[in-house]
Amino acid sequence: MFAALKKTFAQALEVPEAVSPARYRSLKRLMTVLIVAVSVTPLLLLTIISHMQYMRTLEREMESPLYDMARKTQAALELYLGERVSTVSYLAHAYRYSDLSDERSLNRVFLALKSEYQGFVDMGLVDGDGRQIAYVGPYKLKGADYAGKPWLRETEIKGRYISNAILGYRGYPHLVIAVHRLEESGASWTLRVGTDTLRIQQIVSSEGSARDTDVFLADAAGVLQTDSRAYGKALNPLPFPLPQASHEPEVCRMTGPDGRSLLIASCTLDGTDFRLLAVKPVEKAFRPWLALRAELLWVIFGGIALIVIASSLLMRHLVDRLQASDERRVAVFAQMEHNQKLSSIGRLAAGVAHEVNNPLAVIYEKAGLARDLIDLGKIGGDEKEKQRLSSLLASIESTVERARGITHRLLGFARRMEANRQGLHIDEVIVETLSFLEREARNRGVALETELAPDLPEIISDRGQLQQVFLNLVGNALDAHVASEGEDQEARYVRVSCVCEGDALRITVRDNGMGMPPEVLRHIFEPFYSTKNDKGTGLGMFITYGIVRKLGGDISVESEEGQGSVFTIVLPLVPPDAGGEVRAQTSKP
Amino acid sequence: MEAAFPPRTFARGFHAEKLMTMRVLLADDERDFVDTLAERLSLRGYEVTTVHNGAEAVRAATSARPDVAVLDLFMPGLPGDETLRQLKVMYPDLPVILLTGHEAVDDNGTSPVAKAFACLTKPLAFKDFVAVLEAAARAGRQASEGGEDGQ
Repeated sequence: MFAALKKTFAQALEVPEAVSPARYRSLKRLMTVLIVAVSVTPLLLLTIISHMQYMRTLEREMESPLYDMARKTQAALELYLGERVSTVSYLAHAYRYSDLSDERSLNRVFLALKSEYQGFVDMGLVDGDGRQIAYVGPYKLKGADYAGKPWLRETEIKGRYISNAILGYRGYPHLVIAVHRLEESGASWTLRVGTDTLRIQQIVSSEGSARDTDVFLADAAGVLQTDSRAYGKALNPLPFPLPQASHEPEVCRMTGPDGRSLLIASCTLDGTDFRLLAVKPVEKAFRPWLALRAELLWVIFGGIALIVIASSLLMRHLVDRLQASDERRVAVFAQMEHNQKLSSIGRLAAGVAHEVNNPLAVIYEKAGLARDLIDLGKIGGDEKEKQRLSSLLASIESTVERARGITHRLLGFARRMEANRQGLHIDEVIVETLSFLEREARNRGVALETELAPDLPEIISDRGQLQQVFLNLVGNALDAHVASEGEDQEARYVRVSCVCEGDALRITVRDNGMGMPPEVLRHIFEPFYSTKNDKGTGLGMFITYGIVRKLGGDISVESEEGQGSVFTIVLPLVPPDAGGEVRAQTSKP
Repeated sequence: MEAAFPPRTFARGFHAEKLMTMRVLLADDERDFVDTLAERLSLRGYEVTTVHNGAEAVRAATSARPDVAVLDLFMPGLPGDETLRQLKVMYPDLPVILLTGHEAVDDNGTSPVAKAFACLTKPLAFKDFVAVLEAAARAGRQASEGGEDGQ
C-alpha cells in the first residue's frame, strides 16, 4: 500500500512535460485528502479512545454507589430480619409448649412483644399435626389447619423460616416468621408470628429515593416483595428476569421492559429467599455526560471542518504556486530550447555559408580571369562572339555577387560584434529610424506613432545594428498593413513604445495589421522563412534576432490573426560583455 | 588594347617614385582560387608568388621578399593567423591581408589577426581587393621608410 502511495506521489511530483490543469487538480485533491487524513485520524482515534475510557470510568463510578447502596440496604435488612427471627426464636425457647398453648399467656407474651417491637401483627402456635391450637391477632385463625403446607414442612426441617410476602388469609402483605421447637418431652410445635412489611418497605425506600434509584425486594420467582417506584406494588411480578443470585452485591446491565438500559445491583439476603435489587436507569446516570458529549462533538466536528478548510486552502495555495512555477519553468525551457535552436541554425547557416564561399570564390575568380583574358584580347575570334561571352561572364559574376550577398548576411548572424558600441539614447535612434520610413508609411495610410517614456537612460549599444533592428521590425509592421489593405480598418498604426524597467529597456513595436497564425510565429526567427514569397529573403527576422541577442537582449513576439502583432525587445542598459571595451573607447578624446 | 587595359599599372607606375613592380605573396590551400587570382594579378603587372600552406608562405616570404602578403585564414598545417604571427616576427613592416570564409575577427587586440592590415571575405570583389593591395603596399612602404628614419 505504501509502495502504491509512493508511486502515486512520485508521478504527481515529477517534472511535467506539459502543464495540464487536471494534473494539478488531482494533486491538490490527493494532498488535501492526505493532510486531512493524517491530521483527523489521530484526532478521531484519540477521541474514540478517551470516550471509551471515560465511559468505562463513568460506569464504574456509577456502579460503585449502587453497589454501596445495595450493600448498605442488605446489611440493614439482614439486621432487621435477623433481629425479628431471633426475637421469635427467643420466645420459642423461653416458653414451653404448655405455656404457649394457653391462649391467655400467649396473649400476654404477644402484647409484651408488641409493646417492645413494632410491626408484629399476630402470633399463633401450631402443634405437631399442623393445627393452630392457639392464636392471638386481629384475624380469626384459631384452628386453621396448616398440615402439609410447604412453609410448615420447611420450618420443621430447618428450624426457622421467613416466608415471602403473602396476602395469606389476611389480604394484607405480610411476612411470616416461624420457629420450630422439639422439646425433650418429644412435643413438636411451631411458633408462627406474622409481621407486616412496612418496616422493610421503609428501610428499602429510604435508601434509594435520594438518588434516582429504585430499591426493592423480590422473591426467587421474581415477585415484588416491597413496593417499587417503577414496577408497581408488592406482590406484582417483576417485568424482567432476575440477575444471577449471589450474596455479594453484583452490578450488571440489563435492558428494561420499556427498552431502557438499566444498571442493576442485586444480592440475596442471608437466610431468606429475598433478592434485594437496586435499579438505576443508565440514561439518567449518563445525562451529564451526554451534555458534555454534545459539546465535545461540536468541538471535534468544528475542528475537523477547520482542518479540512485550512488544508484545502493551504493546498490550493501551494499547488497553485507549484503550477505557476512549473508553468514558468516550462515556458523558460521552451524559450531556452527556442534560443538554442535558433543559435544552432545560425551556426549551421554560417558553416554552410563559409563552405559555399570558397567554391564561390573560385567561380568568381575564374569568371573574372576569363573576362580579363577577353578584355586583354588574349582570346581571338569574332568580336560579336567575344561580346556575348563577356556578357555571359558578367552574368556569372553578378550571380556570384548575389550569392555572396546572401552568404555574407548569413555570416552576419554568427559574426561577433565589432567593437563599435557606444553610449546612445534609444529614443533618438527610434525617431531617426522612423524618419526613414515616414514617407512609406504615409503612402500606405499608416500612422507611425511613438510612445517614449521621458528620461530614458543612456544605454550602451550599437547604433547601426539597432537601426537595422527597427528598420526590420517597423518595415514588417508596415507590410502587415499592406497585406490587409482590402479590409476596412478604421485607424492603422504602427506604434513604437519604450519604457525603462530596472536595468533594462522594454521596447515594443505594435501594429494592428493582419497578424500572424501560430504556425508562422513558431518559425518567424528562422532563416529563409518568409511569408512574402517573392519579395523577401527570409533573413530579416533571423538577422534581427541575431542582432538583439548579440546586444545582450531578447526579442519575443505575440500575434493574433486579424488583430495585429507585438514585438517586444528587452535590451540591457549595458550589454553583459561590453563594459571594458566601451570604457576604453569613451576614454579616448 | 594592351595599353588600354591595365590603367592601374600605368597609374601606379605614374605615381610611384620608383618604377618597380609590386611583389605579392598569395597563400591559400584552394589551388584553383589562388592560381586564378595570381594569373589575374600578373595580368595587371604584379609579380605574384603562390604557395599552398603556411610553412611555404614563411619560406617564400624570405626568398621572394614580397611587398604584401595575402594569407588565407584556414590552411592545413600552419593556419593563417599563426603564419601571420611568424611573418610579423620576421618582417614587422610587411603588410599582411587575411582572407577568411567569414569575418571571425577577435574583439580583443591580443590576437595576431588584429595585426593584419585588412581582413577580407571571400569571394573577393576583385576591384576592392586590388585597392586594398595598393593601400597595403603604400602602408608597408611608409612603415619601412619610417623605420629607416628611426622616428
